[in-house]
Amino acid sequence: MAGLATVFGSGAMTNSIPEIENNDALLVIGSNTTETHPIVALRMKKAFRKGAQIIVADPRKIDLVRFSALWLRHKPGTDVALLNGVMHVLLKEKLIDRDFISERTEGFEAFRKSIDSFTPEAAQRITGVPKKDIIKAAHIYGKAERPAVFYTMGITQHTHGTQNVFAIANLALMTGNLGRESTGVNPLRGQNNVQGSTDMGCIPNQFPGYQRVDMPSIREKFESAWGVRLPDRPGLTATEMADAAHEGDLKALYIMGENPVISDPDTNHTRKALQHLDFLVVQDIFMTETAELADVVLPASCFAEKEGTFTNTERRLQRVRRAVAAPGQAREDSEIIMELSTRMGFDMKYRFMEEILREIGRLWPAVAGITYERLGMRGLQWPCPTHDHPGTPYLFKGGFPRGKASFTPVEYEPSRELPDNEYPFVLTTGRQLFQYHTGSMTRKVAELNAVAPTAYVEINARDAASLRVADGDMLTVSSRRGSISLQALISERPADGVVFIPFHYREAAANVLTNPARDPICNIPELKVCAVRIEKAGAG
Amino acid sequence: MIHLTINGLPVSVPEGTTILDAARSADIPIPTLCHHPKLTPYGGCRLCIVEVKGINRPVTSCTTPVAADMEVATTTPAIEGMRKTILELILSDHPNDCMVCEKAGDCALQELAYFYGVRENRFDGERRCYAGKDRNPFIDRDMEKCILCGKCVRVCEEVQGVGAIDIAYRGFNAKICPPFEKDLSCEFCGQCVSVCPTGALTGKAWTQRGRQKDIKEVDTICPYCGCGCGITLHVRRNEIVRVSSREETINEGWLCPKGRFGYTFVNSPERLHVPLIKEKGVFREAGWDEAMSLIVSKLGKIKKKYGPDAIGGLASARCTNEENYLFQKFMRAVIGTNNIDHCARL
Repeated sequence: MAGLATVFGSGAMTNSIPEIENNDALLVIGSNTTETHPIVALRMKKAFRKGAQIIVADPRKIDLVRFSALWLRHKPGTDVALLNGVMHVLLKEKLIDRDFISERTEGFEAFRKSIDSFTPEAAQRITGVPKKDIIKAAHIYGKAERPAVFYTMGITQHTHGTQNVFAIANLALMTGNLGRESTGVNPLRGQNNVQGSTDMGCIPNQFPGYQRVDMPSIREKFESAWGVRLPDRPGLTATEMADAAHEGDLKALYIMGENPVISDPDTNHTRKALQHLDFLVVQDIFMTETAELADVVLPASCFAEKEGTFTNTERRLQRVRRAVAAPGQAREDSEIIMELSTRMGFDMKYRFMEEILREIGRLWPAVAGITYERLGMRGLQWPCPTHDHPGTPYLFKGGFPRGKASFTPVEYEPSRELPDNEYPFVLTTGRQLFQYHTGSMTRKVAELNAVAPTAYVEINARDAASLRVADGDMLTVSSRRGSISLQALISERPADGVVFIPFHYREAAANVLTNPARDPICNIPELKVCAVRIEKAGAG
Repeated sequence: MIHLTINGLPVSVPEGTTILDAARSADIPIPTLCHHPKLTPYGGCRLCIVEVKGINRPVTSCTTPVAADMEVATTTPAIEGMRKTILELILSDHPNDCMVCEKAGDCALQELAYFYGVRENRFDGERRCYAGKDRNPFIDRDMEKCILCGKCVRVCEEVQGVGAIDIAYRGFNAKICPPFEKDLSCEFCGQCVSVCPTGALTGKAWTQRGRQKDIKEVDTICPYCGCGCGITLHVRRNEIVRVSSREETINEGWLCPKGRFGYTFVNSPERLHVPLIKEKGVFREAGWDEAMSLIVSKLGKIKKKYGPDAIGGLASARCTNEENYLFQKFMRAVIGTNNIDHCARL
């Protein structure tokens, strides 16, 4: 998000899900859409049936490849080289939008020079993608009228994740493919309300609505609204908090509905960090791996037991409604926070949920026009500043919030940990269709567990043969940080030398292995590339 | 625009519209079993037959485009007689067990049998008989109730893009099955279940948990990925017994296996139901007052001794906007730190 916000002045999907079916070209890069966003994928399949050409760029032969006009199997972590190679072709063949570049962007010349060395031949050497396919991709995207790029964590979870996003933004800017219906740059968000949590300011440097905590005028606005002095220094990100806990600088942590022991890189490090705290509160619906480490555990309500709103990946606020009562003494998260605040001397009382949304609207104009009544069956997409505003399906129609959007020259940097003799395989992690995130919900559902019961490492037949491994064999997978045991799943999806492990399974948690090295700009950890060794379990 | 009359009423629709869609746009009902507005017209069930002046046989309205000055009659004694016979033929090979069928009350076939007053079976004879059930955990298949409308086949191919099933064999032996009756490539999205007009396809988890009576339907949003699908929770006696989705949602009524079948965690006996305080490494149950007091005193002490930046908070992408807003407000305004984050990067 930081990447897009830097370039455009706003970090979110520029288009909406219903627009996808009218794309005539789609570049899906670093997104296993059919498994991680199944319903977005249905729209992509609809676009395919209406004649759109889909380019899939993914090291794995994901299901969406079946619908693609072109599949680029680049090596994990080489996205910048691939995209720069495509842009080299676009520049050379003048498949660019000169008017858009001169009217609405800045920094084009420096960017153009930065692309010089990324000939398709050079890109082929780095990415392993044949030159002719790089050229073909440029032709499909460059000649389309309504192309859009879709990406998820396959782009961002790298030490150069922000650079990857800059490269995608450059691609859209040079071709003028922004600010129109069905045309834009679309990061698909992975969780029901991850867009909303970010919008609401649950980030260390911004108040609700992407307003910076270190800008005096903004801080004063919030201080006068809330009636207290507020801290002016940006705080720590989640991974930095783990480090600070480890160092003894962070003494207490309050976790509401998260499970970092399973979701964060380098599980052993995270666990030690949390154990090092003087005081840990976890508020959740289950006794998660993280809650087990807590000093106090508070029972919370799940989605079906509360009123409120979620904001989906396309900036759409929709109504969440109470269907059942929470079990036992479990309470709504909002009620718990209000009581704690009041007990700590800050009177926090709202008579009904919508009162909170009204307060948010007074502080962040983009949602000022949204009321529960207006949300109906299909919600409203921000910006929606007034009560008669219909919401905004696609962004940047008249221009960018920051004025001119900027090109950012991007150099290719290899991933931090590459395979070597000791750890010869590249491990990439992700989700699968039947489980979800840390599994604290889906692994309580018998039907889902029946079809996806155990952790596995996906490996192709050639690599399996060289290791003398058969489908279903128990393997030990080790990295410099730890090792786990799990079954082999022989599949044609991974490339030679690449294995995949879903991170949902606590008993063989992929994040025991992953590298906590982080992107220097947005602090996202490199969960998509690390080096591992694979042995048959018990082989010693 | 094409101008025509349906039952004497003037109707104007764009060229290429079918007679069925033209009639429905004018709120004129025509019964169907195999039609779905989002799927390719099929013309299989023949219930949508209408009379068109100048054509001396009934035509299927779902596959016939309108023409200028067409005069359509959707209901005549002859047409209604044929529709009733079609229903009788379908029902002659359909189990008469509505009293225990999951679909009762929400079944297109049952509803039509009711309106056409089909009681006796004039075509008693051989019936299809399918032995054996498969062991998939999601979808209950009761193939004796299948009317071969083909909606499941079309939704699997046209919407899901999987094509796991099709109609095999011919005539009386025709049935819906995967290739060679074994190579199932199903993703268990349950789109087929959502379009099945009868009780042939239902959710295994719904079985005998309640049908229409005493069910409260609550529209809300799926708790899993960022697609934000609209779902409808079917609730009976404080328990979610089923999940469905309405066509007017942004997901057009389609769901994935987690969204459609992944709801039973809500009622899991493992849910936390009381505050817990750890003492000497072991959790014990506590009251809210005690737990809150402990938190207030501990956080207060740490803040006093080490300053507010020694405290951090992680909010949740599972929680609502309102809750996340309150949580960051709590961290910033009450604790006094910007150490607030969530799992956006994970």
